[in-house]
Order: sequence, then C-alpha cells, then structure tokens
Amino acid sequence: MQRRSPYPYWFLLPAGTIFAVFFLVPTVASFYFSLTYWDPFEARFAGFENYQQFFSEPFLARGVMNTLIFAVLTSGLKTVLGLLLAVLLTSGLLGQSLLRSVVFFPVLVSTIGVGLLFQELMHPTEGAINVALEAVGIDGPGWLTNPSLALVSVALVDVWRGVGLATLIYIAGLATISPDYYEAARIDGATRWQQFWRVTVPLVRPATTTVIILSLIGGLRLFDLIWAMTRGGPGFASDVLASVIYKQYQAGFWGLSTAGNVILFLLIALLIVPLALHLNRREADL
Amino acid sequence: MRPRQVILGIVSMAVAFVIFVIPFLLVIFTAGKTAADASQIDFTPPVRWQFWQNLVDVVQTRDYQLLLAYWNSTVITVGAIAGLVIFGAMVGYVMQRRDTRLTRALYFVVLSGLMIPPAVVPTIWLLQEINLFKTLHGMILIQIAYGLGFTVLLYRSFIAAIPRDLDEAAIIDGGTPLQIFFRVILPLLKPVTVTIIVVQAIAIFNDFTHPLYYLPGAENVTVQITLYNFQSQFVSQLNLLFMNILLITIPPLLVFVFFNRQIVAGMTAGGVKG
Repeated sequence: MQRRSPYPYWFLLPAGTIFAVFFLVPTVASFYFSLTYWDPFEARFAGFENYQQFFSEPFLARGVMNTLIFAVLTSGLKTVLGLLLAVLLTSGLLGQSLLRSVVFFPVLVSTIGVGLLFQELMHPTEGAINVALEAVGIDGPGWLTNPSLALVSVALVDVWRGVGLATLIYIAGLATISPDYYEAARIDGATRWQQFWRVTVPLVRPATTTVIILSLIGGLRLFDLIWAMTRGGPGFASDVLASVIYKQYQAGFWGLSTAGNVILFLLIALLIVPLALHLNRREADL
Repeated sequence: MRPRQVILGIVSMAVAFVIFVIPFLLVIFTAGKTAADASQIDFTPPVRWQFWQNLVDVVQTRDYQLLLAYWNSTVITVGAIAGLVIFGAMVGYVMQRRDTRLTRALYFVVLSGLMIPPAVVPTIWLLQEINLFKTLHGMILIQIAYGLGFTVLLYRSFIAAIPRDLDEAAIIDGGTPLQIFFRVILPLLKPVTVTIIVVQAIAIFNDFTHPLYYLPGAENVTVQITLYNFQSQFVSQLNLLFMNILLITIPPLLVFVFFNRQIVAGMTAGGVKG
C-alpha cells in the first residue's frame, strides 16, 4: 500500500474554498451577467448589447481610453522616477535613510486621505499649490477643474503616492548588483553616465519588470484616488473603467457595470500577460 | 562622506521637505486650527491651537461613528489576517513540498488572482444569495480571498528555504501532517508571518473600495468610509476633515515606525528574483 503523503491535498481546501467561492465564482459569473440586462430585480439575456453600448456611448468609451492613458502615464513616471530616486538614495548621501523613509511613507497613508488633501491643495484659487505659484508670478491652472488637465493631475498625485514603492523595489534590485561591475567599468574608463546606462539599467532589469507590471496593474484598476479627488469629473473627463463600473452599479445598471468589469479584466490580461512574457524573455537573454 | 554627498544630501532633503513633508505638516496644522482659521489653507501654524477640541468633535460626529468604524475595521483586519496566515501557510507549504500537476496548475491560479480585478457586482449578488452581504464576516471572507495570492506566494518562496530534513525527522517520529505543520513548520515561518501580517494589515485597514461595495450601511462603517461620509459634512470645517485624516493615519504610522524592516521585506518580495 502506498504511504499517504505527509503533505495532504486537503490542506488546500480551506483557502481553496474561500478563493473559489468569493473570487472565482463571481469572476466566471461576470462573463454571463455581462451579456444580460441586469438590474436589482431581474437579469434578461441581451447578447453583446452592453459591450456595444460601452464602445458607442462617448462617456463610456472615454473611460476605457482614460484607463489606458492613466495606467501608462503613472507606470512610466513611477518607473523612471523610481529608478532615479533609488540611484540617488543608494549613493551614500547625507540623510539617506531618513530620505528613504520620507519618500516611502505616502505608500502607507490612506488613499482617500491623500486624495482629499490634494483636492484642497489643488483648489484653483485658494489651494496651496496655486498660492505658491502665484507668489513666484505663475498663474496656476485649475488642476482638477480643467477637463483636459484633471486626469493628469490625479495621475501626478498617484505618482506622488506610489513612487516610494517603486523606489523601494529598485533599491532592493540595486543591492544585488556586484560592485565588481562598476569597478571594471571604471577601469575601462567609463563615465558615470555610461556606467548608469551600461551597468545599472541592464542589471536592475528584474526590478524594472516588477515595477512596470505592478504599477500597470495598479493603474488600470485604480478607483479610490480618482473617486476621492474628482468622482470622474468634471463631466466625464477623468472617468476610468473602475469609476464607470461604480457609477453604473449605483445607477442600477448592473449588466452594464459588469460588462465594464469584464472589459477591465480583458484589458489587464491582454496587456500584462504578453508584457510579462516579453520582459521575462529579454531578462533570460542577458 | 565626501563634500559632494553632503551637498547633494542637503539639497535632496530640502526638495523632499517641500514635496513630501509639507503636505503632512499642512494636515497637522489644519487639524489644530479653528474652523474659521482653517478655511484658508496655508502653511502657517494655527493662530490658536485647538487640537483636542477638534479631536473630540470628530470622534463625536454622528453619534461616535469613528469609534464604531475603528471597531469594525479592527474586527475585519484581525479576522482576515488570522485566516490568511493559517490557510495561506497551509497552501504555500503543500504547494512548495509537492511538485505535482495539480500544484503547478494552482500556482497559475494564484498568480492570476493577483492580477484579475474582482468582479464586483456578481460578488454582491453572490453575497446576497448566501446572506453575507453587509456583514462583517462576509467582508472578512472577501479580504481573505483577495489577500491569498500575495500571502501564498510569499509563504511558498519562504518555505523553499526550510530544509525537508526537518519534516522527515518529524515524519519518522510519527507526527501526523497537522502536527508537523503546526508544531514544526509554522513556528519556523515566524519572520515571513510578521511581514505578511504587517503588509496585509495596512492594506486591509486602508481599503476603501471593497467596504464601499460590500459593506454599505451606517452600522457597518469602516475607518476609510468615515472620511468619505464626513466629507460633505466637513466641507466648511476643513480642520475637522484633516483631523479625521490624521486620526486614521495613526495606526499605519505606528506600524511603519515599529515594523519598517518587515514592510520593506514584504513590499520588495519578488522584485529581485534572479
């Protein structure tokens, strides 16, 4: 008789049940419900009606576009600034560990708190940012009231809040690079600039992959900061998929809301899976 | 330290002060002002400090809603973390020790769980069907489901560093799987468990989106929701709004001060794989 494994599969059951019931079942069900007219009282099959509506109604289509813009913008800024900050904060400058804590701290603060704080700071006439700009003679814009600027303003606050995490991941990545590489580069007469591009950037690649993927997923899914700062406004100017999903849910259009959820799911899968494979493959080539 | 590093350090600290510290000072200053004084948000300290009065006002708002919120958030956080640690460690353990087709398939399920956005409205429908909508235990189970991906992956990679000899010695001594796991393995996981507790506690305590969807109703309020609820009420009393922000930032701040190292370990896990 075969001896029973000391690592029984039933160990997977408690977690597996919770995960299946509260995560997998709703996810699978969402594909069906996205094809229905669904409100708090009934669900009737509707075919691809909801999806059609999503891409033909300008305010819904705008949400899809904004989601992409927001994710790419914040992910790009976090990656670049995170690497630069990490290089700066590992160069042995005065107050290095204090600076690391200061840059990281916003990551842990309530997002709603950060959103409300910056909503005040970005007030067009009384906000501290424009008051400070006025003092040096610059006429500050309506950060959150100007429709073409609102999404970018929220993105900047998201970078302010999240760059500390990117920096932290990069600092851990930089720590794995052997000083020998820099030594060898110096002996060969490489400038600091060349060292950065030829040694640092290629060798922190695993950290770059992590930062890009984490921040893209976070950016695509972001809800709380946008909701605290603009509620998707002015008009629909800063609506993203996550805020559209919430608005349609509140309005009782459950089917439409769920279609938005599925679109978000597909968007993430279509962007992240190929990107992860691509980035990991290039990593393996090194 | 060379002069260049000193100068660069001073410049960096000045810039970091403006960008990162001043906003927080503003919160503290405004939270101590009178309502009239706070209507003009600026960098000056309060003319007259009334920190304590504002604190009492915020706590008393809407029949002590903030205290109820603190209680609810604590229950959810503690309950979810207990489940995450025990169930997550069990999964990470079996996944790491048994390399079979099943556990390899599960690895991808866990990974996709980190990536896929939860389907909110179908989840609400499900919670209503099983009578867990608007309940704290429903919220706890949701937080466990959403936190499992991170927890399992962290445990799995940590358990890889624990020698199998230990399990085998315990097996020879006749230990049952449960005994081995709880008496031998779980105690050895303490460092990574602390990391998981700290990181997940902050995530769950700061969560706004999921309580907003799954836990509506005044009696179910959580700390992040109070801020949202009070926003309209405090619109002409920014001192109280900022006091509220301050009050709900204290727990993460304390955790940050005492568990800095574990937070760094948890947040960078996976970021530096070979």
